[in-house]
Amino acid sequence: MTTTAAPIPGERTAEKKNPGAAPRRRRSGRLRKIGLPYLLLLPALLLELLVHLVPMIIGIVVSFRQLTQFYIRDWATAPWAGFDNYAVSVDFDAPVGEALVQSFLTTCLFTLLSVSLCWFLGTAAAVFMQETFRGRGFLRTLFLVPYALPVYAAVITWAFMFQRDNGIINHVIHDQLGLTDSPPFWLIGDNAFVTLLVVSVWKGWPFAFLIMMAGLQNIPRDIYEAAALDGAGVWQQIRRITLPSLRPVNQVLVLVLFLWTFNDFNTPFVLFGKAAPASADLISIHIYQSSFQTWNFGTGSAMSVLLLLFLLVVTGLYLLFTSRGKQATDA
Amino acid sequence: MRRIRAAAVGAVTLSLVLTAAACGGGSSGSGGSNDQPKTLTYWASNQGASLEVDKKVLQPELDKFEKETGIKVKLEVVPWGDLLNRILTATTSGQGPDVLNIGNTWSASLQATGALLPWDEKNFEAIGGKDRFVESALGSTGVQGEDPAAVPLYSMAYALYYNKKMFADAGIQKPPRTWDEVAEAGKKLSKDGKWGLGAEGSNLSNNIHQVFVLAKQHGADFFTAEGKADFTSDGAVAAVKQYVDLMAKDKIIAPGNAEYAQNQSLSDFAKDKTAMVLWQTAAATFESQGMKKEEWDVVPAPVQSGKPGTGKGTNSMVAGINMAVFNNTKNIDGAKKFVKFMTSDEEQTVLNKAYGSIPPVKAAQEDDAFNTFALSPLRETLATSAAALPQVPEESQFETVVGTAVKELFADAAAGRPVTTASVKAKLEKAQQQMPKK
Amino acid sequence: MPRTAQRKAPPSPMAPPQSFLWARRTFLTLLTVFVVLPVFVMITSSLKPLEDVTGKFQWIPSGLTISPYFDIWDTVPLADYFMNSLIVAGAATVCSVVIAVFAAYAVSRYNFRGKRVFTVTVLSTQMFPGILFLLPLFLIYVNIGNATGIALFGSRAGLIITYLTFSLPFSIWMLIGYFDSVPRDLDEAAKVDGCGPLGALFRVIVPAAIPGIVAVAVYAFMTAWGEVLFASVMTNDTTRTLAVGLQGYSTQNDVYWNQVMAASLVVSLPVVAGFLLLQRYLVAGLTAGAVK
Repeated sequence: MTTTAAPIPGERTAEKKNPGAAPRRRRSGRLRKIGLPYLLLLPALLLELLVHLVPMIIGIVVSFRQLTQFYIRDWATAPWAGFDNYAVSVDFDAPVGEALVQSFLTTCLFTLLSVSLCWFLGTAAAVFMQETFRGRGFLRTLFLVPYALPVYAAVITWAFMFQRDNGIINHVIHDQLGLTDSPPFWLIGDNAFVTLLVVSVWKGWPFAFLIMMAGLQNIPRDIYEAAALDGAGVWQQIRRITLPSLRPVNQVLVLVLFLWTFNDFNTPFVLFGKAAPASADLISIHIYQSSFQTWNFGTGSAMSVLLLLFLLVVTGLYLLFTSRGKQATDA
Repeated sequence: MRRIRAAAVGAVTLSLVLTAAACGGGSSGSGGSNDQPKTLTYWASNQGASLEVDKKVLQPELDKFEKETGIKVKLEVVPWGDLLNRILTATTSGQGPDVLNIGNTWSASLQATGALLPWDEKNFEAIGGKDRFVESALGSTGVQGEDPAAVPLYSMAYALYYNKKMFADAGIQKPPRTWDEVAEAGKKLSKDGKWGLGAEGSNLSNNIHQVFVLAKQHGADFFTAEGKADFTSDGAVAAVKQYVDLMAKDKIIAPGNAEYAQNQSLSDFAKDKTAMVLWQTAAATFESQGMKKEEWDVVPAPVQSGKPGTGKGTNSMVAGINMAVFNNTKNIDGAKKFVKFMTSDEEQTVLNKAYGSIPPVKAAQEDDAFNTFALSPLRETLATSAAALPQVPEESQFETVVGTAVKELFADAAAGRPVTTASVKAKLEKAQQQMPKK
Repeated sequence: MPRTAQRKAPPSPMAPPQSFLWARRTFLTLLTVFVVLPVFVMITSSLKPLEDVTGKFQWIPSGLTISPYFDIWDTVPLADYFMNSLIVAGAATVCSVVIAVFAAYAVSRYNFRGKRVFTVTVLSTQMFPGILFLLPLFLIYVNIGNATGIALFGSRAGLIITYLTFSLPFSIWMLIGYFDSVPRDLDEAAKVDGCGPLGALFRVIVPAAIPGIVAVAVYAFMTAWGEVLFASVMTNDTTRTLAVGLQGYSTQNDVYWNQVMAASLVVSLPVVAGFLLLQRYLVAGLTAGAVK
């Protein structure tokens, strides 16, 4: 489709950007040259179409159907539901809608906290480890271990540690330090939110650390030297040079962390099983339960579509905002 | 700009064509064919101590079947966590095994999809007739009045396991027969960091099994005869409250049990931390956790008063595994032969012996292997006082919403918040509203 | 601005004050405890007998045993799962990187109609909730299988295709940034020397971008290595990956905690080792891509 799209001279603008470039030789035809970028994009485009876009469109179609176990054997026979599935999902006075909005707000709060903490730990660790000191290489290696462990292994270990009666966490804070009157629950009730947050940050911050560490290497040393000559202390250097220089890295990092955290399914699923406590009922788990557990794919799809719309709006606004910022810095 | 729009339109069109193709998922033909008479695929559920153990148990039997019939059976043991989703995807796509195991409580849900071969008179004749099977087991094979969607393969029932030494130490002469006696014994046992009874408060299915039985004992049901959800009847509320009160009021269940979902209550039992546990066929687990046979005993699960029986005397759900034939099979005759083989008296004895379960086939039950101290209370319960969970298509929704309600009530109880009739009723009310409208 | 990232940091222009040193020491110590705690629990639990692990946590175990490290191979076919994961994640990584290189090259070096639509579309797929398209995707695979005979569902190929598209958007994004930072003069010069566009890509740009490509590869590998949801539905016993296979240690009636931990450690070791080897590239590689 896109490969046969009409010609737009690609090289004209390219050459404008590179006035010094040597004149191009005529190759085996204009069409081929114009087609090349499309050809290069084709595999990526086809695969994304196959695995993401087409299934998503099917998902949207399903969200308008009453697809329960009576019809899953032959989807085409599922009756059209109009906006019924959406109506159920957004009827916030009824339990289904109320639970959905509750789960949505929980997810928002969770994402906000998790992304901030991941960002903070990653940035702080990267800044503190900018200068060489003894053991830096070892620590850097160690800090990447959470990223390298299989998700299931890491999360199940945390679940093991957070057991009320037998876990190491309560052993330390209750038995040994005596901080609580009775051992608290971590896997059920309100504390489950904290548990989820801890595990999510533990798993997610090394990625922020990595990106930040990389970003720091791009700051030319002479800026620091100049600042030092001006009498700026280390703390001032960090505030005035390091952090502002990291802004472009942040743009990518924050968006990626946001999307991953918001859509995270593996962590709560391994941590809490099929029924997450209300305090930690993330939207992905909630939708999973609403579709797979109860075999009601119409409603589940409607919820997914709503979620997708929300993410599209947020990401769109974010990109609009940051790319405008980028244009300003490029100019 | 126009070109982009054209491309977008193209993409949407393409997608819709693909959608239409995709929607034709499962073929709607029913009854299967005999296109591939020499092979079968079999999805077995995980019954033994691990997937590998299951393969070792089943493979020799499958070899025997191949020798008898010349049909090669390709075995896949599916872990419990994946089984329902795998069946679901198989149903959706029409590409699945020929023969499969299902949890017997899923029978009605799966029956509604139309993906499973109905076991009418003719099909039952092909495997030796319906009356070979125990009645209670047949009760959990699909909606009443319709042809069963599956045939029983392994049966289990709940019973009360107790620690002999802890009972002796607490001066309890005989094991409890009623809930009052359970509470009384439990109070004597719950001291010095030890507890009377174990529970799996965060395990939704287990919660359902327990409150279902208690509801029966209160003369209530979670579904009306027409199959409508009815979670808030006085009996149902009383049943749920009675179960949670074992922790909240009687305090014979350790608060920590509220978060149990991975059979920690069995570990506690094996470690002499709790004295009683209500479970189905736990013997093998106790052994693997290092508890000796002489240290425990088992009696039928408690009732409100009197003796176990039908109706209010119900003291267990019918637990077990059913065997079903996938409608899309390309070897329908072979599949039936295989079901006949697996439910034959001889194989039933071999398999149930290996898994510590009870054969749902009457003749096989007579074998001495099922007349041990560990199994005869279970066999007796199945024969006289077990009831099938509601056979309605919405069973899995029921398990999810009511199971979660009980889980949340346990969490309240464990945190010391009061559990009252009103709070129980409110939770169940909310659960009922989450059920699909009829 | 061309970015050449990897250079040794010279000594600080100014000796940091005590407050900085103390803040650094405290912070890094706490962070280390946080990171290490689960790893510590994994290692010690994997060396305890099952009775110990299912009981109350103790810093000093009542006895040590290495039998979990032998039992893990019998409880589940761990070696098979490991091979499946390795093949799936490895192939997904290679394909993802190659495809991302092509796409990023096109976006970085050419102007063409639809460029913005392409980038936005591809990036937006990063935000699709997996739940939404799990079942439709499964259906599509089955239908492709029925129509063409290519088995995607239940096979490693299906999983590879799925996973590579998971990492593709971010990989393309990163590589665009990195390719942009490779000076254009270099590939123009190569073209003058008679290289075609692809020649320029493979002889000049890719070698200059090796660190970035390694970074993207590691990311793609880790994405495929840990995925649970799709793997649980799209695999069978011969193609099951570790991410779901490890769950085999918790069965109907038992959870073999010590074996879960032992198996997790065993399968993680090669990955962590590989990670360490590539770490230097990774740090350098992400730099230019992310900063753009």
